[in-house]
Amino acid sequence: MNWVNAIVQGILLGGLYALFACGLSLMFGVMRIINLAHGDIAVLGAFLVWSLTTRFGMNPFWALVPALPVMLILGYVLHRTVLARSLRGGPLTPLLTTFGLAIVIQNALLQAYNPDVRSLGGAAGGIATGSWRITDQLSLSYLGALILATAVLVLGGLQLMLRRTAFGREMRATAQDADTATLVGVPASSVYARATAIAVATATLAGVFLAVRSIFDASSGPTQLIFAFEAVVIGGLGSLWGTLWGGMVLGVAQTIGATIDPQYSILAGHLVFLIVLASPHGRSLLALRREGRTT
Amino acid sequence: MSEQWTVKRSGRATRISSGVFVLIGIVLFTVPLGFRADVVQQLTTLCTLLIMAVMWNVLAGYGGLVSVGQQAFIGFGAYATVYLAQLGVPAYLAVVLAALASAVLAVALAPLLLRLRGGQFAVGTWVVAEALALLVALDHELGGGTGVSLRGLNTIAPDWRRAYTYWLTLGFAVLLLVLVFLLLRRRSGAAIQAIRDDEEAAASLGVRIMPLKFMLFVLAGFGCGAAGALTLANTLFIQPQSIFGVQWSAYMLFMVLVGGIGTYEGPILGAILFFLLQDWFAQYGAWYLIGLGAVAIAFALFLPRGLWSLADDRLPFRLLPVGYTLRPAG
Repeated sequence: MNWVNAIVQGILLGGLYALFACGLSLMFGVMRIINLAHGDIAVLGAFLVWSLTTRFGMNPFWALVPALPVMLILGYVLHRTVLARSLRGGPLTPLLTTFGLAIVIQNALLQAYNPDVRSLGGAAGGIATGSWRITDQLSLSYLGALILATAVLVLGGLQLMLRRTAFGREMRATAQDADTATLVGVPASSVYARATAIAVATATLAGVFLAVRSIFDASSGPTQLIFAFEAVVIGGLGSLWGTLWGGMVLGVAQTIGATIDPQYSILAGHLVFLIVLASPHGRSLLALRREGRTT
Repeated sequence: MSEQWTVKRSGRATRISSGVFVLIGIVLFTVPLGFRADVVQQLTTLCTLLIMAVMWNVLAGYGGLVSVGQQAFIGFGAYATVYLAQLGVPAYLAVVLAALASAVLAVALAPLLLRLRGGQFAVGTWVVAEALALLVALDHELGGGTGVSLRGLNTIAPDWRRAYTYWLTLGFAVLLLVLVFLLLRRRSGAAIQAIRDDEEAAASLGVRIMPLKFMLFVLAGFGCGAAGALTLANTLFIQPQSIFGVQWSAYMLFMVLVGGIGTYEGPILGAILFFLLQDWFAQYGAWYLIGLGAVAIAFALFLPRGLWSLADDRLPFRLLPVGYTLRPAG
């Protein structure tokens, strides 16, 4: 029963990782860059919601209503100012600039707030603590189910947008060949900026869920980036639904590791990631990349 | 046409400036004889930073491999030193062996990591560093999460200990600089610089990329392992969170970007600058790091070839004979 519980909790945790990962996956799919500041942007979003919550006594979920548009704009501006320029500098420049950005955001948060560990769990009310008891040892938390449902909705929404809307078509075209897309009238840099905005908004959502579910501080970002990246790689690069499976595999690995010994939790996730990397599936990563698939 | 031009590797000016480099190296070895112990310790720190910068440049500047996980090797080198010292190996011998062990680790990791490209490689190496840090923290013999100190060095008189550590660090720095110089100077240098400029074009001209990347990765593993082991020998105490911390990668990125990525002299310049900045501004804590990050972004966007390019473009000759110059014959 213990194991069943571990697997169920792992799947719920996987929803959170998938939510973290989808922005990373989107930016990689469209622009071929890995945003090393992704985790720190998520934590920045969590801090924004924290400020709204403490200043106005809002519920963190209501605080998302003003916070998400702010982060969307921030993502758009981020692309227009820093990323667009770094994309022109060659394949390595975006890595260097986003890593620099990660350092700046992390330390700016440290300076603006303080190194204290916080949580939004208290402010979120009953939803953060309540759960359905299924048996004595197995319970489903409301929050876990909400996070997983949100992850499925966000991933499904992105998938639908990519497949069905005009903007999605532009995005796929730009991802496959930005120059050719520009030739036929798709404004590549505007598509990039909007993709970055969406990625930043989903990161914010993930950051707030993390903050409600457990604890966060100014230096939580890098760990979340690593988990998101692991979820993306385990699920297969460039595949949105794969990201959901990847997040769940990572979550289950961590909860099973934690069942054996709490110290093994994160390590177990890293090991699964490295095994996937070493497996034939990992070998196909490069092949996937060349195909330029986005969905 | 071909008789009218000759390819030269160096002129008189280059020979003189290379001589100056060698002379500076020799003079640096005599520092412990004349200066106070804290100066020696500071210079040791500078030399370890120099090693890290040169190694990161070898990876990112020449191999096109931006690593955010070189701290895996820094931490591994430090902890391998502790482990060997606990087995009774003399501490300084343990430092050398730990550096070699880091090279072996790089050989083992290369098939896994070199498969990744760009950002995947960057985060992949980072995961390895995190996994190693967690593994080390599990081992109580190595002090667990609380840290461990290096025994065996405290029997030596402090002044001499600092001098020995300094000489060993300087020795490693010189060795690695010479290795990189030879790598660039020999046939491999043309291939490496071709990969730096355009990997796909280089491959299409018949440059075998993987063996070269493998060599650069192992060299960087060796150098970063040495830097970690020497950091331990300099400070005598390490904790897994700090020695495996991603801040090392931030420092390396800063030094190489500001100095000049993909040049031989750039990382040296960057390491000296970073060392001075750290000395002056480290007291400002978070603001200092915000500044470092912002400066690194600015350099990546507006001066991607770093400060060294400003000097290099104006100098009529190269400081070191790592390139080729075309001159009219006669």
